[in-house]
Amino acid sequence: MSNLIELDDVSFAYESGRVLSDVTLSINARDYVVLLGANGSGKTTLLKVALGLLKPTSGRALLLERPATDPRSRERVGYVPQRAVISSRLPATVLEVVLAGRAAKRRFGGFTSEERGQAIRALERVGMAEFARRRIGELSGGQQQRVLIARALAADPELLILDEPTAGVDRDSQLQFAEVLRALNTGGVAIVIVAHDLGAVGRDVKRVLALHDGHVDQISLEEAKELVGIFHEHHPGHEVAG
Amino acid sequence: MTFIRYFWPALIAAAIVGAAAPAIGTFLVQRRLSLIGDGVGHIALAGVAIGLWLKISPLASALGFSILGAVGVDRLRRRAPDESDMALALFFYGSIALAVVVASASGQFNVNLFGFLFGQVLTTSHSELITIGILGAAVIALVALLYRGLLASAIDEEAATVAGVPVSILNIVLMVLGAVTVGVGMQVVGVLLVAALLVLPVGIARNLVRSFKGTMLVASAVGAASALIGLFISNAANTAPSGTIVLVVSGLFVLSDGMRRARLTALRKQAEEPQHA
Repeated sequence: MSNLIELDDVSFAYESGRVLSDVTLSINARDYVVLLGANGSGKTTLLKVALGLLKPTSGRALLLERPATDPRSRERVGYVPQRAVISSRLPATVLEVVLAGRAAKRRFGGFTSEERGQAIRALERVGMAEFARRRIGELSGGQQQRVLIARALAADPELLILDEPTAGVDRDSQLQFAEVLRALNTGGVAIVIVAHDLGAVGRDVKRVLALHDGHVDQISLEEAKELVGIFHEHHPGHEVAG
Repeated sequence: MTFIRYFWPALIAAAIVGAAAPAIGTFLVQRRLSLIGDGVGHIALAGVAIGLWLKISPLASALGFSILGAVGVDRLRRRAPDESDMALALFFYGSIALAVVVASASGQFNVNLFGFLFGQVLTTSHSELITIGILGAAVIALVALLYRGLLASAIDEEAATVAGVPVSILNIVLMVLGAVTVGVGMQVVGVLLVAALLVLPVGIARNLVRSFKGTMLVASAVGAASALIGLFISNAANTAPSGTIVLVVSGLFVLSDGMRRARLTALRKQAEEPQHA
């Protein structure tokens, strides 16, 4: 089985110091993985190296069997970045935000009616089709998060990567969100969630990886819950669930 | 009618700039680059002064300087984001100082430079109109051609990069198109006020419509209409055309903002009503 993400002895350092040390990991087709780490542990850096947005200081990063920095490697990757609530002043409808996920599929012109159909279908998969004409900033944080997943799905990805997807999202929205991801994974999409908490997806994940002191280790679900408890002690206010 | 008969090149030039500037401005505002037009205007003024000094077309010289300046500004912002404020200040104020010094040394400080500072739309010649028409059409055509990538980058630059959109190239194209618009727009409203046509119609449209495409189209229509209305008012009231155009668009912005606030208040009241019932 080919690996969708493959990191071999990857290290990365900013000017302020080393963040990743000899990280080796692989993500397979249909995988469902949570990468846990405390705030500031380098989770987002690891994700950016895996996506080719940052070049490793040493080691090898492959994405869909190409060097991660090759833009073609990301054609079948959906990415939901970490973000605060979208400004209500962003003049864009939900449909336009989802269509933006298909922007790289063609170089020139506007979006075709076929692409609009694909965007609507992506919204249907996350239960947000009825909001297509609404302004994105008018939606709640949980609804916006589902729209951003639809944007990632609009590109028809094999691999979906989400950075802290449920930060600031209420419990009900987290449960709906977990349901959407479960259905996608069952449908064949590999999922990688980068988080400091298992959240509502704890029951569904197939593997948990932990990032600590620049190293990544695979841990059991029980160990993961214990680790989340430790993060919670250091950052009270973050919900511990799973 | 006399005004239209004698000043139709001015009316067409104003409508073209009024429509093209917000088309680019929609993307600039969304990228929080609203005041970039103002800064590039400073650089364009240095181009005008050097053009006048070298006795070459000030418009061509301003365009060249604006494009180089816009690309330089983009590089500075990306290379050293923490220090970009100071670097941009050096760029912008250094340019306007260069313009003043070159213009005074070449004896062009009064009439010629003043025209470019505050616009000289009523003296638009046929050849200038053709240049403005070609450049304005090119700006709008490129926006239509690159719309997919420009939209994705405006909504979320990081996600667009991951999706494979050539964001860095589009950023440079956007800055160059902004610079061309400033270069063309300075004929109509002058370098000091051209940024208003890039930004304010976008603010108006954003208050009225939901979609990005709608915002761009309404902003272009508002920009063109404001330019024409401003010219007619300036003719009737014998006021400066550039200032009148910008005051019209400013007034429309205040009106649209009031409408948005009234709509929000009505929605809030509507939402609260069932709780009191």
